[in-house]
Amino acid sequence: MKQMRKETQMSKVLVVTSGKGGVGKTTSTAALGAAIAQTGQTVVVIDFDVGLRNLDLMMGAERRVVFDLIHVVQGIARLPQALIRDKRIETLFLLPASQTRDKDALTEEGVALVIADLRKKFQWVICDSPAGIERGATLAMRYADAAIIVANPEVSSVRDSDRIIGLLDAKTAKAERGERMEKHLLITRYDRARAARGEMLSIEDVLEILSIPLLGVIPESEMVLRASNLGAPITINNPASAAGRAYIDAARRLAGEQVEMTIPVDKSGLFNKLFGRRAA
Amino acid sequence: MRFFGFGRRRGSAPVARERLQILLEYERSPFSHSDLFTVLQEEILAVINRHVTVDADKVQVKVDRGDTVSRLAVDVEIPNAPSGAMSLRLHEEFFGAVAR
Repeated sequence: MKQMRKETQMSKVLVVTSGKGGVGKTTSTAALGAAIAQTGQTVVVIDFDVGLRNLDLMMGAERRVVFDLIHVVQGIARLPQALIRDKRIETLFLLPASQTRDKDALTEEGVALVIADLRKKFQWVICDSPAGIERGATLAMRYADAAIIVANPEVSSVRDSDRIIGLLDAKTAKAERGERMEKHLLITRYDRARAARGEMLSIEDVLEILSIPLLGVIPESEMVLRASNLGAPITINNPASAAGRAYIDAARRLAGEQVEMTIPVDKSGLFNKLFGRRAA
Repeated sequence: MRFFGFGRRRGSAPVARERLQILLEYERSPFSHSDLFTVLQEEILAVINRHVTVDADKVQVKVDRGDTVSRLAVDVEIPNAPSGAMSLRLHEEFFGAVAR
């Protein structure tokens, strides 16, 4: 914690949420967190999925978990003891969820204290929400300044996203203060060819239905599975891949940069053979 | 990364498999459901506190779970040593005997 920047004037709390499971919340949390941290800013990613944690696996930190969010909330461990520093990027930290405790152990007051504490230490606090609309999901979004809604171009995901948008506008501390929750749509697992054939909702369709601003489009990429196998966010493991580049662009947009909206394509053949496979 | 020498097989799945095996073996063991780390931390701190007062914030408990043994490192920063803070490091190997 020593070299944590003290000039952290503004800290931003993000929630990565979706309603539906399996759309890529955890992958996106890890990828965006790593992409922002690679620019030298301090980032903590928090797993709110009590009982079914997975962010530790995506970050490759599963062997190093000692204490977790619930230990901190219950005062059993101090926050610095529960934070796990990434071995590759020194400004990136993980606060894991508990795998064994009862999820009711998370209280609103406890989460408020932890988030307030993290705001003092980090420039970015990224909360990985569990699927669903239950307590875990509402607690993850509760103290957020902005939300990233992860959706696949597929009917049930878009419908659940709409539901989550409703919750963000009703159940968050920001909404209750009468403020407007900042929302960003991140479309993942986008398959250009299937969309072109009309087999998949287009980006325009999804944007029109949800009417929230687009943060980025992450193309379906085999490199994402590979990164998860290896326990490295795609933006670390393979930043040159299409998905890696799309996440890096999205992270830059989050930070307020103007980045042209493109959907990167994996360069095929030799480039990937040399580059995509090198990290293994 | 470790590979198992199957010719030139270079996929990432073997790594995933190994990571999961280590993780699940731990999660299925009684250790993952015990408060072993909490208890160890409290007891180690209590022993040290008999001699010097340490700030609970200056205690780092680290673990690295391996496939046969896990490594626990408790790093305690102790103030007021002659030349700045002194670091006391306790290593313990555990799990091995019971988990196997």
